[in-house]
Amino acid sequence: MSSVLNISNLQVNIEQKQILRGVDFKINSGEVHVVMGPNGSGKSTLAYTLAGHPNYEVIDGEVKLDDQDLLALSPDKRAQAGLFLAFQYPTEIPGVKVQNFLRQAYSARFEDQEEKQFKSVLAFRKHLEKLATELQVNPELLRRGLNEGFSGGEKKRLEILQMAVLEPKFAILDEVDSGLDIDAIKAVATGIKQNVENYKTGILLITHYQRILDYIEPDFVHVMVSGKIVESGDKTLVKKLEADGYQKWS
Amino acid sequence: MAIRNGASMAGYKHGDSFSTADYKHISKPGLSERVIREISAFKDEPEWMLQQRLKAYEIFKSKPMPKWGVDLSGIDFNKIRYYLKPTEDQFSSWQDVPPEVKETFDKLGILEAEQKVLAGVKTQLDSEVVYGSLKNAWSKYGVEFLSMDEGLKKHPELVKEYFNKIVPAADNKFAALNAAVWSGGSFVYVPPGVDVKLPLQAYFRINAQSSGQFERTMIIVDEGAKVHYIEGCTAPNFSANSLHSGVIEIFVKKGAQCQYTTVQNWYKNIYNLVTQRAYVEEAGKMVWTDFNMGSKATMKYPSVVLAGKGAKGEVLSMALAGADQHQDTGAKAIHLAPYTSSTIISKSISKGGGRSSYRGLVSIGPKAHHSKNTVVCDALLLDPESRSDTYPVDKVFNSQVEVQHEATVSKIGDDQLFYLMSRGISEEDARKMIVNGFIEDLVKKLPLEYAVEMNRLIDHEMEGSIG
Repeated sequence: MSSVLNISNLQVNIEQKQILRGVDFKINSGEVHVVMGPNGSGKSTLAYTLAGHPNYEVIDGEVKLDDQDLLALSPDKRAQAGLFLAFQYPTEIPGVKVQNFLRQAYSARFEDQEEKQFKSVLAFRKHLEKLATELQVNPELLRRGLNEGFSGGEKKRLEILQMAVLEPKFAILDEVDSGLDIDAIKAVATGIKQNVENYKTGILLITHYQRILDYIEPDFVHVMVSGKIVESGDKTLVKKLEADGYQKWS
Repeated sequence: MAIRNGASMAGYKHGDSFSTADYKHISKPGLSERVIREISAFKDEPEWMLQQRLKAYEIFKSKPMPKWGVDLSGIDFNKIRYYLKPTEDQFSSWQDVPPEVKETFDKLGILEAEQKVLAGVKTQLDSEVVYGSLKNAWSKYGVEFLSMDEGLKKHPELVKEYFNKIVPAADNKFAALNAAVWSGGSFVYVPPGVDVKLPLQAYFRINAQSSGQFERTMIIVDEGAKVHYIEGCTAPNFSANSLHSGVIEIFVKKGAQCQYTTVQNWYKNIYNLVTQRAYVEEAGKMVWTDFNMGSKATMKYPSVVLAGKGAKGEVLSMALAGADQHQDTGAKAIHLAPYTSSTIISKSISKGGGRSSYRGLVSIGPKAHHSKNTVVCDALLLDPESRSDTYPVDKVFNSQVEVQHEATVSKIGDDQLFYLMSRGISEEDARKMIVNGFIEDLVKKLPLEYAVEMNRLIDHEMEGSIG
């Protein structure tokens, strides 16, 4: 079944300062959208607002996942509805084992879908290890504390593994490519493409760099400047941005 | 155990003490020489034990109340009954157990048969057979696992040799009180070279009478032997008296190993004041794992005296302080010999305005060259009303040593909560996860069934804590 994530006129304050000034766009299942823009343009604010971080105050606008009003839901309910955020800086949570945490997250995500439940803890772990192998995540990490002492690359790969486990309808990826070497970028890109193929996940990829786009072909590219989408186009826009930068909008 | 001395729960109301109308042998409230003579006579003790008790009583009277640690002003020694022995037939029915206790049992996933024992409805679990076969296995190797009263009867020479040796009556006011009125507790002797593979726990869990308000435990682990002793369980620990004051003395001989695990969840009216100490000889190892929950106030500093070359000591403790509770816990490591090492890991959780304190002493004597000590103290505060303090003291009399301290105080971060919630986990579950994660490295030292109960208990404690 095809879904739509519809963002319209989204305006957001942080500590009384307006950061987003009316953001509009629409993502359909299986589409890959890229948002690029200079530092401080509001890209990460968009990501956190969609996921429901309490520090971001929505002053106007609407976000709908099909018929559901996402802004009315707490972050956990948004995730259960099928939204996923891959963090730019994943948080360390000592002592909370990755595999236990993911099992609980999985059960919450598919609570009312009997057919999606695993029969046993072991069956889930097997599934998890299979996904980890496919995404080149060291299975040893699954038995460690969540992001506890992980390297930057390990954290980013684990974000992608979490996305694969939770099979979201829409995923927002906040600079998942920053600070990664080329092998890690390839692995992350492969993970994203698998999610699109297997679960028709709609992707909102926030990035500074063209590099990851060598491995993922976007359907749409949006340019964000000063809290607004100032131009949208296809992948040819990326080349133009690389050449000209964001000067003409500032 | 759920009920010390198997007190009746009939007519129990929240905040009440238990009716002791049914008790057969009961001393009047208050302490006197007559009461002590009565206890000793009732137990048919040897004269020397009576003399020890009377001497301790004099020490108890001469010592002032401690002015440090927790507020002890609520203790009235004249209102405490110092010796209770329940009759055999006074246990009430399961229907009389308060619903909140049953609910906690359910949350902990304790079998109903066992719940009844824990609630004092039955004296013995139907697994008497299991205990019987364990007992046979132990005695085949000469392992003695008795109540302290039985131990005194069967091995008077051993008890006489070790009693009050590592925790002298003059150590502190409550150690003196215990030495004067002690009753219950365990006596354990493990012969040289015997490795007791199964933790000595099953017995304790099915025998409510082995523990008491003033229990006394003595464990002697002979050369090269090994044992793990576990007391208590996570079920709420009710008591007729509001004072629990135990003494535990452990002797770890050359090359021997002992782990002593306490998991206690006292009811909120209890003052829990325990002195526990281990004397460790050459190449021996002592591990205290100490989980303190509940009570009104707890003062407890498990100690290791590292007396022989290469002796090792570990004190791993966890305390949870909720509303109106003060957990003053910590450790002492006394290094007397060279090449000794000690590790102290203390984790505390404070919530609902509760207070937890770490109080530690590390002493490295002049002969303890090449010794090492590490102290790690982590506190987690769940709300701004709660409090955590640390009071570490180091006394180092040798320059060829390594002493390390680490202390952290953390709060459950908004970022941690948001991260977990963004994966579909509810706020309450996210808090539980973070707290359980905080103590994970200590909980994994417990046998599996205790670890599982511990996690469930934390979950139970965390319920309804959002607001």
